Amino acid sequence: MAASSDHAGKTGFRAWLNKRLPVDEFVDSQLIGYFAPKNFNIWYFFGSLALLVFVIQILTGIFLTMHYKPSEAAAFDSVEYIMREVEWGWLIRYMHSTGASFFFIVVYLHMFRAMIYGSYRAPRELLWILGMLLYLALMAEAFMGYVLPWGNMSYWGAQVIVNLFGTIPVIGPGLVEWIRGDYGIADSTLNRFFALHVIAVPFAIAFLVLMHLVALRQTGSNNPDGIEIKEKLGANGKPIDGIPFHPYYTVKDIVGVGVFLIFFCGVIFFAPTFGGLFLEKPNFEPANELSTPQHIAPVWYFTAFYAMLRAVPDQQLGALLMLLAIVVLFFLPWLDRSPVKSIRYKGLLSKTALALFVVAFVMLSYLGLQPANDLYVILARVFTAIYFAFFLLMPWYTRIEKCKPAPERVTYHA
Amino acid sequence: MSDEKVTADDVDVNRRKFLTVATAATGAVGVGFTLVPFISSWKPSERARALGAPLEIDISKLEPGQMITQSWRKQPIYVVRRTPESVAKLGGVTASLKDPNSEASDQPAYAKNEMRSLKPEILVLYAACTHLGCLPKQYFTVADPTMGADWPGGFFCPCHGSRFDLAGRVFNGSPASANLRVPPHKFESDSLLVIGVDAVQGAA
Repeated sequence: MAASSDHAGKTGFRAWLNKRLPVDEFVDSQLIGYFAPKNFNIWYFFGSLALLVFVIQILTGIFLTMHYKPSEAAAFDSVEYIMREVEWGWLIRYMHSTGASFFFIVVYLHMFRAMIYGSYRAPRELLWILGMLLYLALMAEAFMGYVLPWGNMSYWGAQVIVNLFGTIPVIGPGLVEWIRGDYGIADSTLNRFFALHVIAVPFAIAFLVLMHLVALRQTGSNNPDGIEIKEKLGANGKPIDGIPFHPYYTVKDIVGVGVFLIFFCGVIFFAPTFGGLFLEKPNFEPANELSTPQHIAPVWYFTAFYAMLRAVPDQQLGALLMLLAIVVLFFLPWLDRSPVKSIRYKGLLSKTALALFVVAFVMLSYLGLQPANDLYVILARVFTAIYFAFFLLMPWYTRIEKCKPAPERVTYHA
Repeated sequence: MSDEKVTADDVDVNRRKFLTVATAATGAVGVGFTLVPFISSWKPSERARALGAPLEIDISKLEPGQMITQSWRKQPIYVVRRTPESVAKLGGVTASLKDPNSEASDQPAYAKNEMRSLKPEILVLYAACTHLGCLPKQYFTVADPTMGADWPGGFFCPCHGSRFDLAGRVFNGSPASANLRVPPHKFESDSLLVIGVDAVQGAA
């Protein structure tokens, strides 16, 4: 490559450095030499935005740990101390709490992008699975983070979620005691959740992000047409429908970052609790083991699964169904039997199924926030059925429908 | 010696394989033993266990129809002195219960009866709902307007809508599948209830 031979002629510090650490080689091969499809659209912002939110969470999180105290006696007060007395503490805390919700917003949109354009299909199955593992790690991270302020919803949310492990036959009760380190959600539970939230899970997430990116470099990005740009190479050995990731997409992503920050700052400054959706009202009261909030609901990003849990009149089956709702996502690459990847060329059945799936997920998320009365439980059952039907019927409806032929080259209007 | 070259024929492959596997296995056993302290460190500590010692509750001032809530091992405990009328009602709701005889529920043997208690009037329960651990609220009024005309009095969980009778037995149509749990308990005297120690069978 011409680019790398340029660096061979470098002198001075840069030459000294590159002889010892392959900085330029890395930039050349991974950023400039990485060719991404030229037909990316707005859906392709959310991967880089997820990385941005991860960095925001790490940075704000580090500064929060400098003032936060992970103990039953001091946790709630230390968060109030951050909010009221630490200089700019309120801003750092709201960046972190808003960042949690925005993390899920961009990750859900990122996952939806993969679903509409078939980015989970071969050869990107492992990329999808690594992404799903990231989603699981993110859920664990968010759950444990929500316990740390030790408000009443933190306490009772932890109670409900930890007790889910108690529904496992035989080992359940012992496992729950082991997770808590006490006979109830206690100081020991808070302390270990702090350790996991601050060290263990972020490390796991960072590692998975790295693996996710390495797998992406191996297969190359999918695109809205769902065709492989690597099959049409130009004279330089690079895909003719590809453009260097840097500078083209780095610059594009900066625009995405700008737009994202407008929304992000809007919430931080004008609606940090987002009407009780991002920070729930009962969490402004300290944890009280003798008083359940009138209505326990998790934060919005878990409510779809919570609605499924409540839709089943048996707790063991409910917990199992909730688990299956996530496990089934891992199998998506093998459930889709369509000859084309992108929704652009799939038939009416796939389009309808995906639309119904989105409606079901949004409705379940809404129902999980509402009290469990009769009508809502029935609705939750209907949408749970749709959610699972989307996956379980996929091998059939993707095969029998009539698809449009995928194009040879990506469709691109300059 | 140093001039000798090792050729492929000189290598005893089986011996190498054996040594590789034996080294890996020894290492794995070592890792396994090393994991024990880390995993065990998550179990309740000595202090947590000491704080979980039996709890004495004076029930002499508990009037019929009243309930007190106490905390034992971080778990809220309900102690109810039932009225003779409500005890008499317990037999009448059997048909609408999921587990009227507490076959699939968790209680000491001495509380596996219709009253689910040692003494007919004193009901001792873990407050945590058997569904997901919320605290069911007391709805002791017969035919409570929010619960319907046939409500015999009992508990209602505000989280997910589980309903229990005054023996902590779960009604059909509740998300909880088991009756409220009964902690180990005994009576030191008529007015002194001890939570965390089992009554001698038949002592009541």
